[in-house]
Amino acid sequence: MNPAIQGLITIILGVGGCVGYFYLSNQFLDKVLFPAKGEHAGRNINRANMVRPWLFLAPALLFLGLYLAYPVVATFILSLSERVPGDETRFVGFENYRLMFSEPKFWEAMRNNALWLIVVPAFSTAFGLLAAQLTDRIRWGSIAKSLIFMPMAISFVGASVIWKLVYDTRPADQDQIGILNAIYLHLGGTDPQTWLTIPFWNNFFLMIVLIWIQTGFAMVILSAALRGIPEETIEAAVIDGANPFQIFFKIKVPQIMGTIAVVWTTITIVVLKVFDIVFAMTNGQWETQVLANYMYDKLFRANDWGVGSASAMVIMLLVTPILVWNVMNARKEMR
Amino acid sequence: MASLSLKGIRKSYGAVEVIKGVDLEIEQGEFIVFVGPSGCGKSTLLRMIAGLERITGGELVIDGQVVNDVPPSKRGIAMVFQSYALYPHMTVYDNMAFGMRIAKESKEEIDRRVRSAAEILQLTPYLDRLPKALSGGQRQRVAIGRAICRDPKVFLFDEPLSNLDAALRVATRIEIAKLNEQMADTTMIYVTHDQVEAMTLADRIVVLSAGRIEQVGPPLELYEHPANLFVAQFIGSPAMNIVKGKIEETGAQTSVRLPGGNSVTVDVATDASEKGKDCHFGVRPEDLTVTTADDFLFEGTVDIAEGLGEVTLLYVSDIREDEPLVVKLPGIVKVDKGQKLRFAAEKAKLHLFDADGKTYRR
Repeated sequence: MNPAIQGLITIILGVGGCVGYFYLSNQFLDKVLFPAKGEHAGRNINRANMVRPWLFLAPALLFLGLYLAYPVVATFILSLSERVPGDETRFVGFENYRLMFSEPKFWEAMRNNALWLIVVPAFSTAFGLLAAQLTDRIRWGSIAKSLIFMPMAISFVGASVIWKLVYDTRPADQDQIGILNAIYLHLGGTDPQTWLTIPFWNNFFLMIVLIWIQTGFAMVILSAALRGIPEETIEAAVIDGANPFQIFFKIKVPQIMGTIAVVWTTITIVVLKVFDIVFAMTNGQWETQVLANYMYDKLFRANDWGVGSASAMVIMLLVTPILVWNVMNARKEMR
Repeated sequence: MASLSLKGIRKSYGAVEVIKGVDLEIEQGEFIVFVGPSGCGKSTLLRMIAGLERITGGELVIDGQVVNDVPPSKRGIAMVFQSYALYPHMTVYDNMAFGMRIAKESKEEIDRRVRSAAEILQLTPYLDRLPKALSGGQRQRVAIGRAICRDPKVFLFDEPLSNLDAALRVATRIEIAKLNEQMADTTMIYVTHDQVEAMTLADRIVVLSAGRIEQVGPPLELYEHPANLFVAQFIGSPAMNIVKGKIEETGAQTSVRLPGGNSVTVDVATDASEKGKDCHFGVRPEDLTVTTADDFLFEGTVDIAEGLGEVTLLYVSDIREDEPLVVKLPGIVKVDKGQKLRFAAEKAKLHLFDADGKTYRR
């Protein structure tokens, strides 16, 4: 069968199945289980209304439980066990964690993640805010915005390939196709640099890729927030004698602080999970390892399920508090 | 010394001219109210005085200095916005202190001025609160306090009471009137579409329509001697009754033939050349009385009678084609629907306008 037709059938079955489930189960509840007639009509309506939310939530709860909650528990159990020959596992307590903590590569990943965690959200949010403010009032602002937003549509791997070309190195006697080396040589640099192998600084070359992607996201959200600021408060500040910088930092930014926090934490969560960029550009070599790539290394290259799962648990532990805070902030914004 | 002078002020947005040459002299300490229907440009004019809108043409002079290109903060003005425009992330104290902090005033001076403004407006207990923890009336008082702290020469109000409920509106209006008395040297310009606010607060009212001044004068002068049909119908509620007529006799007094057939003599002198011309004859609803005499102005059938207790409003048909004649009688008057009544008015209370709507001067 043609894959397109297969896709179409899947869509129809999936969407139809959902609609059918909600419609039929609702009918069953109202007509068969607790009919709104007879001597207990009132009681039945109340009961039906108590059951209905659970009925509608059931599919989501089922699938989230199956694909989210269960893997978390399973990963945790895996992180406490060790594979023994013969396709069996053995409980080893926190041995995997002890092993992992004694590995320098893990601490390198932790350090790099901490760096990513500070640099990427800070710069993405700052650039996003700057772009949102600067493009707000100009005629070609929306064109500029769509250009800045465009990297959002590129996959991390695609972006990595693009930036790998930017950082590309050719022997000194050839033309440099990497723009960074071309500029470097033009400005008086003597030898073309292999940027991605310069320890410590190569981390930042990788971060630039994510900043490049996330700035668009930050800009779009912050631009909407900036537009939501009542014009009168800005006019009042103009009359109070504030200059554009004071208006921006003392009137506008404080009013969208909640949104800035949401953007910041959302990017933070993306950063903690960062994997593709490192995987595609350096694969953690030259001291660029990060936690997610470390986990992948352990799980699928070293086939060390125990340590791999342990590192997955560490990532989850780090993400959870930020996620909770993010959801709380977002809820506060909605009110 | 803060007199204001508007000389041929114009404003256009592209090809659309919204303020079409406004000339106005405002004395120091005056309370001026701009009124007019929505879209007449009153708020735009105020924003041009504030410096929030650029002036396309003409000169704006404050205190003898042309301020067309002076930034708002240097014009010596303060503005109170309709939506309060408080900084939501700052406490009441910081809201009032913001302008002075920008101007790098000393801490003691800021504190002194904020506390004295808070004292005047009874805001002292709320200084540490955020605006969201205040009621609408309190927020507007903070906005006024913020303006007071700027120690302005000219106070600008842009429909400051529109967002308040009826009871609060009256209370805040009285507060603004008191403030005006306390700050007798400060010029105040107030924009509103509410006649009651205009009539009660203003030293002089400026009636605007379609970007032009229709008339400037003390409230009661506008009421008694409107310069034209627009002002006559805009000031006073319900609006003045206007009937088309024809001038029959001219001289020291003018005789007008009304559509009902009878003639009326108005206490207005007209030139002989006006004889036979079309005119508009006006009488306010509250100036009409019920009469049984043969010397009446109008006779008609009562369509609707609205008893408000304080007054009774009658809507009378058969006199004007398009709309009923409105009569406002004091107190409670028992009138049946469909009853035929005659109405008269004192000679001095009658108004006469020419075919273009300009008042014949007395």
